[in-house]
Amino acid sequence: MSSMEQLYQQLILDHAKSPHGKGLLETYEAESFQVNPTCGDEVRLRVHLAADASGGTVVDRVGWDGQGCSISQASVSVMSELVTGAPVATADLLGETFKALMHTRGEGLDDQSEDLLGDATAFTGVARYPARIKCALLGWMALRDALVQTGVTQEEKA
Amino acid sequence: MTATLEPQAPGRRSALTSAELAAVRADFPLLSRTVRGGRPLVYLDSGATSQKPDVVLDAEQDFYLQRNAAVHRGAHQLAEEATEAFEQARVEVATLVGAAADEIVWQPNATAAINLVAYAMSNATLGRGGRAARRFALQPGDEIVVTEAEHHANLVPWQELCARTGAVLRWIGVDDDGRLRTDELGTVVTDRTRVVAFSHASNVTGAVTDVGAFVRRAQEVGALTVLDACQSVPHLPVDLHALDVDLAAFSGHKMLGPTGVGALYGKREVLAAMPPVLTGGSMVEVVTMETTTYAPPPQRFEAGSQMVAQAVGMGAAARYLHELGMDAVAAHEEQIAALLVDAVAAVPGVRILGPTDTRDRLAAVSFVVDGVHAHDVGQVLDDAGVAVRVGHHCAQPLHRRLGVAASTRASAAVYTTAEEVAVFAEALGRVRPFFGLSDQGES
Ligand SMILES: Cc1ncc(COP(=O)(O)O)c(C=O)c1O
Repeated sequence: MSSMEQLYQQLILDHAKSPHGKGLLETYEAESFQVNPTCGDEVRLRVHLAADASGGTVVDRVGWDGQGCSISQASVSVMSELVTGAPVATADLLGETFKALMHTRGEGLDDQSEDLLGDATAFTGVARYPARIKCALLGWMALRDALVQTGVTQEEKA
Repeated sequence: MTATLEPQAPGRRSALTSAELAAVRADFPLLSRTVRGGRPLVYLDSGATSQKPDVVLDAEQDFYLQRNAAVHRGAHQLAEEATEAFEQARVEVATLVGAAADEIVWQPNATAAINLVAYAMSNATLGRGGRAARRFALQPGDEIVVTEAEHHANLVPWQELCARTGAVLRWIGVDDDGRLRTDELGTVVTDRTRVVAFSHASNVTGAVTDVGAFVRRAQEVGALTVLDACQSVPHLPVDLHALDVDLAAFSGHKMLGPTGVGALYGKREVLAAMPPVLTGGSMVEVVTMETTTYAPPPQRFEAGSQMVAQAVGMGAAARYLHELGMDAVAAHEEQIAALLVDAVAAVPGVRILGPTDTRDRLAAVSFVVDGVHAHDVGQVLDDAGVAVRVGHHCAQPLHRRLGVAASTRASAAVYTTAEEVAVFAEALGRVRPFFGLSDQGES
């Protein structure tokens, strides 16, 4: 496979074509709007939280709207699937792990991290193209920003 | 080796012969490298920045190896030679654009040059520069006119100047073809207009502006004209005196020169009346603890130590273009423009932003591919070794006007070949199929 074919995995092309979680939520606790100023990609994402049986907080639903390249659109789509229903702590960990994946220059992470990321490991090839990393991170940045706004996620410690 | 053409009659319009083009390409070492696993580079991003010929690199190196010293100060021989190289470069740049040497002010780039004018107007508005500078002073209700096609560099500084002074920003629109609505000049430019700032050629659509129409209307109402000549100077014969604009800006790095250097042109009497912006060493006459008198232009606008080696490089680039002959450069690029337009227009599901005819247009062609974002288009082209620009090319309002968020741009320069356009065309044809989109009647 050429590195371009590794970049555009079938899973990415499929998500870009029929994205998940697209459409803004009517009921939500926080919203984030992120742009990639170099190419004009944008995503507006809303989160709705809920309490689970044991009193923890879960990401009940995310809904988003946006425009951009296949990498940015597929990434926010895969993310929506992964975090829906997940405890906030898990969503945070997913975000951190995905960011780490983007810094591996295409080498990938350890098995445990890749198991956690599931479908999002399809983006491993993106990390070979520095200009595309921002595209893949756009939705994750929106999610993190929205969760920080709700107060359930702490701002990154400096 | 430097490509030099046969002596030519003025006004010669014949393009480069294939031998001349090969000689030009041999002057640009970078053009022969490969990318992405051994593919020959097809560089179609000259609108963003051009590649540099040996003569430019040599001029900079020679300056550092042989002549380096502080300019305009010191009495030693090196200082003399450095100053001469610096000032000779100013002559070369002036000659290329039909200006006098003392009408050329070194600036870091076109963006800095345009900001210099905007801040000089702010200073004049605050009363600096005395009576002579009154023509630059603005009042609330005065108007500044730009166009909807501007690069952000020729838009945001004017928005900011309006915010600082209470002046109002107005603009000339763009038609569906990407051409400026020169028919709006009569209504948008009025007695309240103090500045008309516009580009000579669009970095997105490649459309070349009818500068005469803008200048005539601005002069009727006594407004200053500011020309963004970034995209014209590298590709077209430009005679600033004949165009009769008051001020103009262009960057060295887009015209085969180094980064870090550009020029502000101003008519002698316009620069003479303009108050300084950056102040300090090198731009003064007499300094006491209370007051300072300022040097005449261009030094008045060149505060502090200058980018001397880069200026020398920009001078070498100007001489290189001048020796090739801008008529020949323009004629060659006109052929490339026609090939580019035809190549893009021939691909199903691809739409050109801007004129599809080759009249008054540069070899810069922006386009959108149905169903594929510009970033993804650029990636497929890159995989074929083809370097293009993707995004909004620092012209968001123009993209919004043309109904898209982003586009892909292929832009040429004097060294671009028909073979390169063919490689680009072939790769562009693969984009939609790669993303699983096919066109009716095709498999
Ligand atoms: C039309 C136009 N104006 C202004 C600029 C700004 O040039 P620079 O970034 O060199 O200041 C550019 C370059 O992108 C341009 O194409």
